[in-house]
Amino acid sequence: MTMHTVYADNNATTQVAPEVLEAMLPFFKEQFGNPSSMHYLAKPAEQAITRAREQVACLLNADPSEIVFTSCGTESDNAAIRGGLAALPHRKHIITTRVEHPAVRNVCQYLGKNGYRVTELSVDKMGHLDLDELRETLDDDTALVSVMWANNETGVVFPVKEIAAMVKSRGALLHCDAVQAAGKLPIDLRTVNIDLLSISGHKLHAPKGIGVLYIRRGTYFSPLMIGGHQEKGRRAGTENVPYIVGIGKACELALDHMQEEQTRVKPLRDRLEKELLEKALDASVNGDPANRLPNTTSISFKYIEGEAILLMLSVEGIAASSGSACTSGSLEPSHVLRAMGVPFTRVHGSIRFSLSRYNSDEDITYIVEKMVPIARRLREISPFGRDELYAAK
Amino acid sequence: MWDYTDKVKDHFYNPRNVGQIEKPDGVGEEGSLACGDSLRLMFKLDKNNRITEAKFQTFGCGSAIASASALTEMIIGKTLEEADKITNQDIVDFLGGLPVEKMHCSVMGREALEAAIANYRGEDVEALRARKGHVVCECFGVTDHEMVRVIKENRLKTVEEVTNYTKAGGGCRRCHPQIENLIAGIIGTEQKQEAVPPPRKKMSNIQKIKLIEETLENEIKPMLRADGGDIELIDIEGERVMVALRGMCSSCPSSQLTLKQYVESKLREFVAEDIIVEEAKP
Repeated sequence: MTMHTVYADNNATTQVAPEVLEAMLPFFKEQFGNPSSMHYLAKPAEQAITRAREQVACLLNADPSEIVFTSCGTESDNAAIRGGLAALPHRKHIITTRVEHPAVRNVCQYLGKNGYRVTELSVDKMGHLDLDELRETLDDDTALVSVMWANNETGVVFPVKEIAAMVKSRGALLHCDAVQAAGKLPIDLRTVNIDLLSISGHKLHAPKGIGVLYIRRGTYFSPLMIGGHQEKGRRAGTENVPYIVGIGKACELALDHMQEEQTRVKPLRDRLEKELLEKALDASVNGDPANRLPNTTSISFKYIEGEAILLMLSVEGIAASSGSACTSGSLEPSHVLRAMGVPFTRVHGSIRFSLSRYNSDEDITYIVEKMVPIARRLREISPFGRDELYAAK
Repeated sequence: MWDYTDKVKDHFYNPRNVGQIEKPDGVGEEGSLACGDSLRLMFKLDKNNRITEAKFQTFGCGSAIASASALTEMIIGKTLEEADKITNQDIVDFLGGLPVEKMHCSVMGREALEAAIANYRGEDVEALRARKGHVVCECFGVTDHEMVRVIKENRLKTVEEVTNYTKAGGGCRRCHPQIENLIAGIIGTEQKQEAVPPPRKKMSNIQKIKLIEETLENEIKPMLRADGGDIELIDIEGERVMVALRGMCSSCPSSQLTLKQYVESKLREFVAEDIIVEEAKP
């Protein structure tokens, strides 16, 4: 008998779509050519990359010439921030937020120790930025603003269009980490004036090890990787043809399924959330429920700890993640929830369920069926919240 | 994903002795909700001071629950004196090992036991706290005495190890220099105990000043400078060495600790055993 499994950790990574794998395979086998070569194997590889570039551009409503393939989201973020700063060398101020992914936050903090002034914008308890704070912080010295499209832990979406207008009016560059948004929300770079944007393949059903950096036409950019002429000199290194084909196909599929995110994935998430809040006592949602990715919910179960919950879920075949300190590898709990002012009593017991189009109604039923007794069991072990729980019974 | 032993998993998924005891003889609590883990341990004794019943409640991760469960099994049947000798390493051994980042779970177990025994013996909270020394890591409320014990029992050598075992230094990192001092102090005294130093020749004052300057330069200043501080030799009077702390050290709240536990121990090691370091009055 195989174990019933429910994968609900899609903001961490996703399964490779079967169509994606299918599209990639020929480029491991007979079509293994280097697109830079001068023989019969080069052309199919080159054509495949051109096609993938169009597929990615289509998802973002961008021009194919603005798409650069990288090795991952983190590389895209690094290249965007460092490459963008090199475009405005006389400006020494970076603005970012307190809730960015480490691939942005740690790069900015590093630059903060190496000649740059860094401002981290705060968020309120719903996870929203204060755009007035951004307006006041922007000055003539601001070279680059790096803001995520949607948050990986809470799913909260930032108003990137307004931010873009504000940043551009001060002549600074705008980088946007859209790793979580891509494939889940429509992205239209013809109407949103972002200069640099990062995407990661494995968050939208392509494999790990492939990313995209969008560089708006006309943006001066200094490459991170120096070497050959690949990607028009913007990212040297022999093209990872099968993976590029993979992310291209994944973007095409994401566009095809974009409606489904709202019509099918979102209702699944909403039902999961509603039932857990009703049935597991003392649970609450982190982040603005009205302004989120359709697939993500961060729920705090008070008086119990995230790692313990995850281990018990895992035994039942359920994959999720947590913002607790014990799961982070450090002793610090989620910087995102802390920045939102979520009390410690709730941060340590926060669980993120992130769904995908591969989840079903039965999956939601199964998670609720298992999660409720796990919360009860761990609360029986916990020394906290006893009186309140008894009072609630 | 942590690499938990089968024993850890067993004690997490099937914890023994969960709950509370009515009218316990000793109750100890350690940790807090804010820290991310917390343990309440209680026991009952028979007339021969032997633990007949032990129960726990834990808020925490898998290894915190497993450590507490293991501890209750370990102490049941032991006399209070035997139980008092249990170290965090004993808990780790019982569980067949813990990931290094999770060692603090075993320390929390041992500390809750210590608190429960103190509670039985009628030590009040203040007395216990005084015995525990003063708080060095404000983020996780870890005291110097707690750290010294863990450093000695587990032969820890780096701040990172101390963080893994006690959580101290895992938050804002401001206390890292103090933890370094504690480690340096312990390693210093251990080395002294292990190798009996050859009797030192009587030095002239000039020789002594020269040696102190050399020791400051080679052994002490590099570490202080790493934290933006510095030190200067002002004067010596017999065994008394007057120094002034500069830079970050001059405003550091733990400067006295630095002087006594680090500077003094280094000078005693390299110059003379009777040296007393004092801060020169401006």
